[in-house]
Amino acid sequence: MLPAGALLLVFLTYPLALGTWLGFTDAKIGRPGEWVGLENFQFLVGDSVARLSLFNTLFYTVVASALKFVLGLWLALLLNQHLPFKSLIRAVVLLPFIVPTALSAIAFWWIYDSQFSVVSWALERLGLIHEYIDFLGEPWLARLSVIAANIWRGVPFVAISLLAGLQTISPSLYEASSIDGATPWQQFWHVTLPMLTPIIAVVMTFSVLFTFTDFQLIYVLTRGGPLNATHLMATLSFQRGIPGGAIGEGAALAMLMVPFLLAAILFSYFGLQRRAWQQGGGDK
Amino acid sequence: MSQFKRRDFLKISAGLAAGAGAPLIWMKHAHAQWNNAPEKGARLRVLRWSRFVQGDIDQYLANVKKFEAKYGIAVRVDNESWEDVRPKAAVAANTGAGPDIILGTNDDANLYPEKLVDVTDLANYLGRKYGGWYPVCEAYLRPDGKRWIGIPLGAAGSMMVYRESMLRAAGFSSFPKDTDAFLKMMKVLKDKSTPGGFALGHATGDANTWCHWLVWSFGGKMVDKNNRVVIDSPETLRALEYSRELYGTFVPGTLSWLDPNNNKAFLDGQISVTNNGISIYYAAKTSQDPKIKELVPDINHAEYPVGPAGVGTAFHLFLNQMIFKYTKYPRAAKEFIRFMMEEEQYGPWMQASIGYVAHPLAAYAANPIWTSDPKHTPYRDVMMNMRPAGYEGKLGYASAGVLADFIMVDMVAEAASGAKSPKAAAESAQKRAERYYKV
Repeated sequence: MLPAGALLLVFLTYPLALGTWLGFTDAKIGRPGEWVGLENFQFLVGDSVARLSLFNTLFYTVVASALKFVLGLWLALLLNQHLPFKSLIRAVVLLPFIVPTALSAIAFWWIYDSQFSVVSWALERLGLIHEYIDFLGEPWLARLSVIAANIWRGVPFVAISLLAGLQTISPSLYEASSIDGATPWQQFWHVTLPMLTPIIAVVMTFSVLFTFTDFQLIYVLTRGGPLNATHLMATLSFQRGIPGGAIGEGAALAMLMVPFLLAAILFSYFGLQRRAWQQGGGDK
Repeated sequence: MSQFKRRDFLKISAGLAAGAGAPLIWMKHAHAQWNNAPEKGARLRVLRWSRFVQGDIDQYLANVKKFEAKYGIAVRVDNESWEDVRPKAAVAANTGAGPDIILGTNDDANLYPEKLVDVTDLANYLGRKYGGWYPVCEAYLRPDGKRWIGIPLGAAGSMMVYRESMLRAAGFSSFPKDTDAFLKMMKVLKDKSTPGGFALGHATGDANTWCHWLVWSFGGKMVDKNNRVVIDSPETLRALEYSRELYGTFVPGTLSWLDPNNNKAFLDGQISVTNNGISIYYAAKTSQDPKIKELVPDINHAEYPVGPAGVGTAFHLFLNQMIFKYTKYPRAAKEFIRFMMEEEQYGPWMQASIGYVAHPLAAYAANPIWTSDPKHTPYRDVMMNMRPAGYEGKLGYASAGVLADFIMVDMVAEAASGAKSPKAAAESAQKRAERYYKV
């Protein structure tokens, strides 16, 4: 217990406590701060860029997580079928998740380039567009583009995790429901989904946490631009805290992420945790 | 350090330029004496920014080897992307551990002046020996007017880079000298389907340099001499109205441009004008691709046009060398910087990097690199003419924060693209900047 406790204390509790403390100070990099109470938070609430980053983060997380769930579940169901070269296909599906984020982000940077985009090039050759699409130059298009890149990267994690969950469901449940005359849709709705709920809770909790705290993708693709339209709280916190030197304000911005992350965890804990009936009891 | 005025630079530069074809000739100051004995058994760690041009790092490391051979002091050189050096240096300053010497940028040294070794003796020695430091060096590294907190290394110049043939086709035999003529040229270039393009995304180098030039050229500024935020001014509004017209002439997509985008677009022949270091020219010169190599005779450089402010208002990436107080070997660290700044090392280094880093010491204006190819010459006077970040106030946490938070760039981008009116963009910038200048 002691080594584990010490590790947690040094690498988790201390940084978290320090970050919390810094959020209440006017610390600058290289200069210890003084206690300023809620001043950093009050400023951030009134700061248009910080508010925009909150909106961007919520939009990014909700849209990307929802689509990752739908696509991941769909992919998991497909991979759960009897397919030729099943193992190979499953390994290939994992590739986007295995590639380092910075590398895949650079690939997307080229794909979305306003002058050299392969997508724009192909669409122009097909006669579907007449000028290159400005993927990262128009605020809403930029938001959707970074979300698409995040989905591409995150779907394999959801799919493979849900596939593992699908394989733990006893075939006898499907046989019994077939005998009762259940349609495939009814089987999915009344057998697959309820049995998968606990793993969905875990997977989506992680997925939401990863998405909410995403940094690398945005940093490589846009640095938060254009016009701060893709700044997430994590990237803005870094920009202000480290290159900008306002480490107290950066820490406060990072701390503002905690309530949202806690809410996501509590939602999955209370809303999607293992139900009593799954263990032979009655649902409350 | 003698009292050196801008007027004096012009005189010296003219004199030096006249003899630039010959080996470096300047009168070394008779009293430039240096006495320093590095600590026995010293070892040094140097953190510097990754090279922008290959010749820079090759020659820098060759100079390091010379130093090691001469003094028997081992030197380890680490490289980081230049934007990552600032946080690392800040952490080193904060924790009191890290590299002995850090090559930083802009106002890094002003963030933790009390953590840096006083290098006044070294600055005085180099200044006396090599014709004096350009005034901007003092703004950055002698903030109290007395103590030097770092030694200037130079500045990565950002100039107008253009295609001569495209300008000629648009009816311009030379690059415009003022903002009105510049706008006219950009409009014609757009009409001729050879538009220019300037980064308006969060491009730390390119966007910050040209956006600062633009606002300053109309008389706008983030702060006044007393560090009072004054960006929401009639001068700024005029600059932003101008930016709106200018943006209409740009190639599509500049709102998303980061630092590499304009280089790629220029070398691909998609734009006729942009702002950049000499690296585009260097890349074309050293390219193995015949299509890119063909561009070399057609690429040229020019200074930023002068606006209603009536004076040059360029902003460039300032480079410094800092010794941290936690070092066990401050004398060895000073010796290293002195050695690297001496003409025998600094001159070849400038030449190897074809002037990517412009010199901070007036005498180095005579280095042949600035005249061996006339296309290098516009970068020669970068440090003589530039304004510091945070002009016209004092440098420190606030100026560094404002720059890093892209407040100037965001303001220009918002107004230029029409996302906000010039007034709304300036008001927003004013509010954001006031937060930093509360320090």
